[in-house]
Amino acid sequence: MPTDLRINGKSHQVDLPDDVPLLWVLRDEVGLTGTKFGCGVAACGACTVHIDGEAVRSCQVALSDVWGEVTTIEGLGTPDAMAAIQQAWVEHQVAQCGYCQSGQIMQAASLLAENPAPSDVEIDEAMQGNLCRCGTYPRIRAAIHAAAQKMQEA
Amino acid sequence: MASIAKIARRTFLIGSAAIVGGVAFGAYYVSRPAPNPLKPAEGEAALNPFVLIDRNGVTLFAPRAEMGQGVKTSWAALIAEELDVELDQVRVLHGPAAQAYYNSAFIADALPGKGYDNGNFKHAVGEALGHFGKVLNLHGTGGSTSMKDGFKRMRQAGATARETLKQTAAERLGISRGQLSTVKGAVVTPDGTQIPYSELAMDAAKLDPVDADLRPSSEWRLIGKSQPRIDMAEKATGSAEFGIDVRLPGMKFASVRMNPRQGGGMKGFDATAAEGMPGVEKVVDMGAGVAVVARNTWLAMQALDAIEVHWEDAPYPPETDQVFARIAEAFDDAPNSVLRDDGDADMLPDGATELTADYQVPYLAHATMEPMNATALLQDGKLTLWCGNQMPTFVQMKCAEEAGLESDQVEVNTTYLGGGFGRRAEFDYAVLATRLARQMPGAPVQLAWSREEDMRHDMYRPGALARMRGAVKDGQAVLVDGKVAAASPVAQAMKRLADLPQAGPDKVHVEGFFNAPYAIPNFRMAGHLADIQIPVGFWRSVGNSFNAFFVESFIDEMAHAAGADPLEFRLELARREWAPAAAVLDAVKEMSGWTGQTPAGTGRGVALCYSFGTPVAEVIEVVEDDGSIHITNAWIACDVGQAIDPEIVKAQMFGGMAYGLSAACFGEITFADGAAEQGNFPDYDAIRMHTMPRTEVQVLETQTQLGGVGEPGTPPAAPALANALFDLTGKRARQLPLMHEFDLRV
Repeated sequence: MPTDLRINGKSHQVDLPDDVPLLWVLRDEVGLTGTKFGCGVAACGACTVHIDGEAVRSCQVALSDVWGEVTTIEGLGTPDAMAAIQQAWVEHQVAQCGYCQSGQIMQAASLLAENPAPSDVEIDEAMQGNLCRCGTYPRIRAAIHAAAQKMQEA
Repeated sequence: MASIAKIARRTFLIGSAAIVGGVAFGAYYVSRPAPNPLKPAEGEAALNPFVLIDRNGVTLFAPRAEMGQGVKTSWAALIAEELDVELDQVRVLHGPAAQAYYNSAFIADALPGKGYDNGNFKHAVGEALGHFGKVLNLHGTGGSTSMKDGFKRMRQAGATARETLKQTAAERLGISRGQLSTVKGAVVTPDGTQIPYSELAMDAAKLDPVDADLRPSSEWRLIGKSQPRIDMAEKATGSAEFGIDVRLPGMKFASVRMNPRQGGGMKGFDATAAEGMPGVEKVVDMGAGVAVVARNTWLAMQALDAIEVHWEDAPYPPETDQVFARIAEAFDDAPNSVLRDDGDADMLPDGATELTADYQVPYLAHATMEPMNATALLQDGKLTLWCGNQMPTFVQMKCAEEAGLESDQVEVNTTYLGGGFGRRAEFDYAVLATRLARQMPGAPVQLAWSREEDMRHDMYRPGALARMRGAVKDGQAVLVDGKVAAASPVAQAMKRLADLPQAGPDKVHVEGFFNAPYAIPNFRMAGHLADIQIPVGFWRSVGNSFNAFFVESFIDEMAHAAGADPLEFRLELARREWAPAAAVLDAVKEMSGWTGQTPAGTGRGVALCYSFGTPVAEVIEVVEDDGSIHITNAWIACDVGQAIDPEIVKAQMFGGMAYGLSAACFGEITFADGAAEQGNFPDYDAIRMHTMPRTEVQVLETQTQLGGVGEPGTPPAAPALANALFDLTGKRARQLPLMHEFDLRV
């Protein structure tokens, strides 16, 4: 039986086994490749998306368990219309290889939604599940602080 | 164009210290231009292999792998500097695998010598020999070479295209070229009228290229100033296309499981259960493994787990202890190289205190964030590939071999790389995709590896051993006598690439040791090569990654034995050898406020390594609190001669350090029953947000030559941390990773 999904404000019908993780539904069926595969075991955070605003590892959410509206990096903003957090990423020249950054940004966006002015310790706690082998952490931290400030001024 | 393998077999030993002429190419063979790989369509004009102009504007070609080091931006900036275009008005593409995109700096780096002692003559010899890279069709990215390679060539490409466009305008207007100028993609006439390049390009392509002198640095607009990275908006919005993101009409998804005892074969498999699983289209015998083609990647991976495979044994000792015992046996053989032998290292100077120490470092995986993958389509006698890779012409050649085609029947599309670190200098992932595509002619197939497959099928950083002997007298180092044993990535890569034997002294094996920029009167370094068939390859900074740990830990031990401050001890040795090495030490001394004293509960360590033409010093600070040790601060200084883009240099330095710290703290690949025991990040962790130190980077520009930046941040990280831990705990780390002996915060 097809499953109905709401992704980035659009409806999708997916006819797949119930246990296929959301990550692969997004990437291989819906064609939203901004969400990345890194480990498959929730150890790297590259596949982070939002379900009803909450950051989740999409490699661990089975298709039949998707409980709400899914937002991926593509739904957060586009190159021509970036979200404030994405703009902060560009201003601070965060990305190196860039592969983990979709997950980093989705995790950071959810942190800022809950906590508009996170401290360094709070950033450490929220972001430690997101691995970056290029070591961009100092600029991720700077971009989160900058985005927080900008969003508060807005 | 003869193949790399044929030419290399006849004439060259790449990567070894010597370049041995066998067949002499005439000067013309070396100097004649490589054919322009750009095939302009109607309405397009390719002024050279790096500049293409059509009605919509200017496209620059940056045929270097963008794996995070910002090369797409910095390479384009070199062309744009002379072409007089702005980076935000051009499109930048990677381009095809091509001889014209050869790397002229690979071979120069393989020349004998310490590197920092190169005079202008030797530098010129290196540049001249570099053009053999064209003969060898060496289109590739690695060895921190891109800026050394492109610095002059790409400015020339931009200047020549600019002057040719001006010549076109001059002829059209009936005035001299000298009366024209250029700005922002347009030729400016004496009355101030701007003629866009796009209106001149078609005619310009018909002219012989006009040579031009390069502008002096005082006129640079872009070089030396940080540019917004061209790839940043794409990477912040999920729209950057990595190899694993390639989507083609009718594309199939697949995954693979090869023998985890690498190099071992397959006795047989039973895929009955897998074949009945949902979404599974095909199970394919891959020789030493199996692949599953399915509706999506996950269903393919699930089906692979349901296949029972009988593997053959590994062609190497199956347990870690046996592997290291085999490596140690290499010490009994004559050394492959003794590239430094100053004074008399056999004797102990009168009145000196002798010390000895043995060190060991493990095998390491690259663990790029994007697991290995490639997409292949075999159709009508033509193979098309899509993948992130560092060596497009190698991928082209090896996949042609796999498909039974000639290289010119293979098209390689190089995407963004979700990390390279040397792993994507290999071609195995593309060859496997080609093997699979042969079974499915006409259908594009994407072969993506699981993380476990990626970690268990790497060309690892080799495990390595060092036996160190040294002596101090009157507070000074008077002797270093070191031996290092490991398997050789160069030897294995030569074999993988062209079935060539390793010959001559293997400089990569001893880099970062024999050329440590220290004046020590008696200094010998012997490199012993271990013959062991665990696949090894080029891991960010390669030999420097272990040699810097050996030398800089031992120098630290010598400093303590001499009763000297470890930073002052190094400064004294560096000042007498090479000023830029001393300058980076002075810089971190000042940045960190180094006093030689640390409060209780705090430790600091320093290390220096000269690699890829760049000296880098790092000071690392650790603090013990709540029973665990936290890396709190790091200070990095490098001297790159000329920073093309200072912010990119800084990012590479702290990123390179993070890669080194990750390995130093947590990285190890161990073997049981012939297979790597680690399979995923829970077993192979890395520095994360909460364990990354606060970091300051200073970029110096005092040396006369251009240094690399992609790798040199990595080697000092492990020894600086180990030395800090000694300062904190009094315990000397002689084996990595450090998590086994220290309670590091995780």
